[in-house]
Amino acid sequence: MISVRKTALAAATALSTLTLALSAQAQETIKVGILHSLSGTMAISETTLKDVMLMLIEEQNKKGGLLGKQLEAVVVDPASDWPLFAEKARELISGNGVDVVFGCWTSVSRKSVLPVFEELNSILFYPVQYEGEESQRNVFYTGAAPNQQAIPAVDYLMNEEGVERWVLAGTDYVYPRTTNKILEAYLQAKGVAPEDIMINYTPFGHADWQTIVSDIKAFGSAGKKTAVVSTINGDANVPFYKELGNQGVAATDIPVVAFSVGEEELAGLDTAPLEGHLAAWNYFQSVEADVNAEFIEAWKTFAGAERVTNDPMEAHYIGFNMWLKAVEAAGTTDADAVIDSLIGVTVPNLSGGYSAMMPNHHITKPVLIGEIMDDGQFSIVYETPGLVPGDAWSDFLPDSKDLISDWRKPMECGNFNVATGKCGGKGS
Amino acid sequence: MPLLRILALAVTLALGALAAERASADEAQVSAAIQKFATADGFSGVEATIQELGAIGDPLAVRALRALGENELKVTPDGAVVIEGADALLDPVTGETVAEKGPRLERIRIKNSIRSMIDETISALTLRAADPVVRMSAADTIFAAADPEQLEPVQAALAAEQDPDVRRRLEQAVAAIQLASSDDPEIIRASIEVISQRGDQAALGVLLGYRNQATGEMADAADEGIEAIETRLAMWQAGQNIWYGISLGSVLFLAAIGLAITFGVMGVINMAHGEMVMLGAYTTFVVQETIRNSFPWLFDWSLLIALPLAFLVAGFVGLIMERGIIRHLYGRPLETLLATWGVSLILQQAVRTIFGPNNREVGNPSWMSGAFELGEMSITWSRLWIVCFALFVFVALLFAINRSSLGLQMRAVTQNRRMASAMGIRTPWVDALTFALGSGIAGIAGVALSQIDNVSPNLGRGYIIDSFMVVVFGGVGNLWGTLVGGLTLGVANKFLEPYAGAVLGKILILVFIILFIQRRPRGLFALKGRAVE
Repeated sequence: MISVRKTALAAATALSTLTLALSAQAQETIKVGILHSLSGTMAISETTLKDVMLMLIEEQNKKGGLLGKQLEAVVVDPASDWPLFAEKARELISGNGVDVVFGCWTSVSRKSVLPVFEELNSILFYPVQYEGEESQRNVFYTGAAPNQQAIPAVDYLMNEEGVERWVLAGTDYVYPRTTNKILEAYLQAKGVAPEDIMINYTPFGHADWQTIVSDIKAFGSAGKKTAVVSTINGDANVPFYKELGNQGVAATDIPVVAFSVGEEELAGLDTAPLEGHLAAWNYFQSVEADVNAEFIEAWKTFAGAERVTNDPMEAHYIGFNMWLKAVEAAGTTDADAVIDSLIGVTVPNLSGGYSAMMPNHHITKPVLIGEIMDDGQFSIVYETPGLVPGDAWSDFLPDSKDLISDWRKPMECGNFNVATGKCGGKGS
Repeated sequence: MPLLRILALAVTLALGALAAERASADEAQVSAAIQKFATADGFSGVEATIQELGAIGDPLAVRALRALGENELKVTPDGAVVIEGADALLDPVTGETVAEKGPRLERIRIKNSIRSMIDETISALTLRAADPVVRMSAADTIFAAADPEQLEPVQAALAAEQDPDVRRRLEQAVAAIQLASSDDPEIIRASIEVISQRGDQAALGVLLGYRNQATGEMADAADEGIEAIETRLAMWQAGQNIWYGISLGSVLFLAAIGLAITFGVMGVINMAHGEMVMLGAYTTFVVQETIRNSFPWLFDWSLLIALPLAFLVAGFVGLIMERGIIRHLYGRPLETLLATWGVSLILQQAVRTIFGPNNREVGNPSWMSGAFELGEMSITWSRLWIVCFALFVFVALLFAINRSSLGLQMRAVTQNRRMASAMGIRTPWVDALTFALGSGIAGIAGVALSQIDNVSPNLGRGYIIDSFMVVVFGGVGNLWGTLVGGLTLGVANKFLEPYAGAVLGKILILVFIILFIQRRPRGLFALKGRAVE
């Protein structure tokens, strides 16, 4: 009886010590918020980003954490519901007290959280290629701006494949519409006649592509080399490519260059009929670099052997390392200090070079063009000679060509109009 | 005389030996050129080697070029160029086995412009191939490329050609080249004539290309040719729209037919209907995965195996749903709607947890891949089979409802539940089985849809609204209504799409249905009598 009581007492003591230790440790962690949809339509893309963040945080903790403290991931699920992103962001910052948030995929979800980050003065890293036309003090854009993806891709097709006629096909929302507006202005500036540009929008999740593919075929048989620039998003890509393959539109006849199709999206597809169609990104899994091989291996051990890596994952890799470096430099996780010290931080990217955070809160990246191969990976056929700095405000749109962004002191302005010399233009 | 004969024999022999020697010399030359792929420096090196093979002009190079285009030309670790066959390494010239399949083969990288170059080089080399189909495709590639350097070889091939079909293609290829390179108005006029008689989209492309740089009389001649082709194509275009409409309609019909039973016949607003379709699609995925891993030779049968399984899986889930939830909610449509909406979310998240959020690859069996040409229409096999399948499902269902005893009981219960019950029919079980039947049908629709759409947890979401639209439009409680409704909406959508665009087209259809329902609240085929109340 006594021995039982003793054991119970010992157990209780042990338990309470453990709890104390745990709570002591909990006080000393730095919290990192992860704001990616784990359910709903965007779960397909965003779940992977949540996983990669967990992996990066785990690795950093093995290396000893940050500022002598362990990092702690706080994961919430905004469920592909745009207003819910704002609520969850508020919950992360005020409720859980996170020091930085990595999250969002669609532009509308980013727009929905912007006021929250501004009001509570926190930091958001946004990892996805987007339409530009924005620069916000609390947001760091590690994905590509249009000049880091769309424009080099069009240049490649024009110069290397001699394309003269263009189909701009996209899903009907803000990213394709803005990108296509920029591309249309760019192509016309390059001397492409308006009748050689066809613009087509489809609803989200469009599944019946028969008419559009046959329209593209007809548009492409006008005696000029034709290409499709696709900003078709998410799930609609699979039936689109299936229809292309079935109707026999080969990449040698009409190449399709996509800005939203990566390794992850190709995973649900038989890629043999798509060989030679293109994608433009700043990173491909097939990039030959030691740092990339290490990253892929770590990822496969963490998430499973059949998993692939993609461009937004690299963006989080870069963003996370930039944040670590900036916090170390500032010696604190205080938002104002970190925001100031982030500018100019340079970290290795996965294609073997270095990416730097610029004063406009965008980063420098190489631009790669890849052709789809039969194994669902990309064969890199072109790489820009140097790094391309992200341009927040497009030079090809009339109402943004005079705007620049510089968050360094003394300017500290996201939309400075060089024509009028005043801060505040579009987007203010 | 004998002397002469001996002389003749000697000459023949000498000539023969000479020819043999030349052949082997060519073979050595081709072989040496192919070997250069191993050391080719980047894309430009590969291009130069292809050009060299084209310049040698020996059809022996075709095997290696084909392999290069199909990514099967590889470099072994010791620097030899080989073709990677199914289970051995083959010589790139003779196609004989040279070695066992080893690891670490390096692929020779190509890109689109090189692929086109390969196609054109192969065409030039196969103009005299034995198989008329190969010659014809060679002529067509040259027609599209219209490279002036090919004029002489094509004309030579034309002079030697016997097959009338291939002759016509070669004549068209000559015309396309001459149109691109000649200045003689007579030749150009004749070329335009030949090309416009061809009358397809490729011909239109060539003429439009010429029209862009033509002036004066020649431009008029080209315009005439273009107009002739366009008139002809416009007719086919209409035919194509009807076909696309029918195929979209049959997809809508398949998605909606299960709902026509659960909603139409039983009056249950089942928001989880789309998820039954999704379960069917995932069943197909699981079946295909099992076949891929264990019985690869069965792959072409995978869909036929998946059909009954999908019916059972979705039907079983439907049965559980009816017994567990819906039967407690009969006569309370709002609660049913909310409860089934909840079930749909649960099913989606369950699938997401089990299979992951990513799309799953469901392959097309060989008999469902590709397309065939009917005049100027290209009809894809997958769509054609889906149309046939939809009709089959319709007939089978019609038969089941009108002729089977379950069908009889189902109709009896729908028309007058109390009377049916008084006649000894166990109405609760009939309800359960009817709901299971509707769900099962949705499951087999999922098998068909897995061929043309994403297999992802969101698959069902995309179809639920369309399905309700079809059922409401066609008339609640009537299978014929669903068929006609689905096809009408499909065809109308496809005729609107080219003019209004996909987004506006969909909106217009919705507006049309709203107006239609205003005038005929019961849909196209309204049930009459007491049952409706």
